[in-house]
Amino acid sequence: MLAVVTSARLAKRRSRHIKELLIEMLLLGAAMVAVLTTLGIVYVLFSESWVFFQHVPLKDFLFDTQWTPLFDDAHFGIMVLLSGTLTSSVVALLVAIPLGTIIAIYLSEFATPRLREVCKPILEMLSGVPTIVYGYFALLFVSPILQWLFPSMSGFSLLSAGLVMGIMIVPYVASLSEDAMRAVPMALREGAYAMGSTRFQTAVKVVFPSAFSGVAAAYILGISRAVGETMILAVAAGMQPNLTFNPMEPAATITAYIVQVALGDLPHGSIGYQTIFAAGLTLFLVTLSFNILGYFLRKRYREAY
Amino acid sequence: MALPDTAAIRTMVQKHKRYDHMFAILGLLCLMVGLLTLLALLVDMGMRGIPRIDWGFFTEFPSRRAANAGILSAWVGSALVMLVTAAAAIPVGIAAGVYLEEYARKNWFTDIIEINISNLAGVPSIVYGLLALGLFVYQFNLGQSILSAGLTLALLILPVIIVATREAIRSIPGQIREGAYALGATKWQAVHDHILPYSTSGILTGVIIGMARAIGETAPIITIGALTFIAFLPPVPGTGEPPAGMFDWLFSPFTVMPIQMFNWTSRPEEAFQVNAAAAGFVLVFMTLAMNGLAIWIRYRLRKNLKW
Repeated sequence: MLAVVTSARLAKRRSRHIKELLIEMLLLGAAMVAVLTTLGIVYVLFSESWVFFQHVPLKDFLFDTQWTPLFDDAHFGIMVLLSGTLTSSVVALLVAIPLGTIIAIYLSEFATPRLREVCKPILEMLSGVPTIVYGYFALLFVSPILQWLFPSMSGFSLLSAGLVMGIMIVPYVASLSEDAMRAVPMALREGAYAMGSTRFQTAVKVVFPSAFSGVAAAYILGISRAVGETMILAVAAGMQPNLTFNPMEPAATITAYIVQVALGDLPHGSIGYQTIFAAGLTLFLVTLSFNILGYFLRKRYREAY
Repeated sequence: MALPDTAAIRTMVQKHKRYDHMFAILGLLCLMVGLLTLLALLVDMGMRGIPRIDWGFFTEFPSRRAANAGILSAWVGSALVMLVTAAAAIPVGIAAGVYLEEYARKNWFTDIIEINISNLAGVPSIVYGLLALGLFVYQFNLGQSILSAGLTLALLILPVIIVATREAIRSIPGQIREGAYALGATKWQAVHDHILPYSTSGILTGVIIGMARAIGETAPIITIGALTFIAFLPPVPGTGEPPAGMFDWLFSPFTVMPIQMFNWTSRPEEAFQVNAAAAGFVLVFMTLAMNGLAIWIRYRLRKNLKW
């Protein structure tokens, strides 16, 4: 009698064990999807770009000053697209970093808790607006205003796309910087106040420097958003490749070029089709290096206190 | 060394107090710039678009004549793509989050998964489009279909759901687990009966925010080659010759709301831009409503839940 009970219990324990193991494997499989996605991205970008670089020497890709992949006289100078990406990102960051930092300092050090409770969700809403809507806004609201200010400007410009992109990035920068500043221990602030500092002095000379690696991580996230942003630029910056650092001009970025090719109907396997993977690889490597930098900065500030 | 006299100190204090006030005003101004932009966007779009929104706008196909054009194929496409995205991203995201919080050991392997997830969150959405184009569309031969688009967006929002799940689980105190184990529960029983139910609203917040992001995503779907002009509907899910025909809708060509809006925005005619405003207004309304809902759930959660 006793033996039967024991063996039934043992049997139950074993079936439990197997079931547990199966479930754990299943959950692990789900977590592996993330790893597989990264591997998939790397595989697709490298394998398609490999074919591309068989036709186009890396030297031409990096140093040619023309980007005319679809013409008979084809040139593949990624510099042309990079200049558009760089210029629009700089404009965006000139808006997003000062605005985002000031808002973060204000919300973390100056605002009353009630104001903060109201403002943070609204800022988060701002980051939920689809980018195509921002693109519409840049083309049909901001561009006409800029044209009214500077009559020589064309309807498409890196400036209007960059400005709107900056506004789009503000919530990311503000929200993450604020988190970093709030993580600074109260004792540091109390020390500063005890020495007779004002709020502004405490914020700028104590809190901001202590939170700097977190704030820098927020900036870097902003940069990688700006570099990877697509629809605002595809709509408002025009799609003409243009080697320029003048934000008043229209120009194509890496992302806008990919959209342009995807909208046309290039046959699978043609050289024009492979350019988008080479362009995508460049984009991926740029954002990846920023992401890695940001990861280490974030890690440092988590360990700081 | 001569000490500064009282009057000098007073003026200095006054000066620094003025800086304080000036900065507070500057901060408010910057905040206003952000909020007013949102307001300008909504008002501008609303004034142009709302008069255009009527019943026909939702029940007509796109057309060459702006006044007859509607968003029927776009919103149906969006809904079907979201269905695929939700079906793929929600279970996988929650499972991955549970694994990382409850099961994973602290070792290099777990570190790799974590670094991967935080890196994926920063990959530009258009790169996901290229992944899908190379892998789903051509290697797996899924074509430029609803299934490809849904899976692409699922991968895109996976990090959002995983992070939200992990945060929700992390906020559950250890005693809950210990209580369950003390009563003889296995790990899965503890997770299934306690951890998951208690973290539902946190996970829900992440799911809603992720889905709101997926609805508005344009770039990856354009990249896989969704058409911009579709004047027919995919087959209704579940109809068709069973069993294979029931899934015909997954392989149908499609368009989605943001692509329809992009198409109208990039046309020079004023009338189409009005359509774009109307479509944009519907889109913004949907995403803001979803985000608002998520924020509200989180707010209520923080208020009511005290361990």
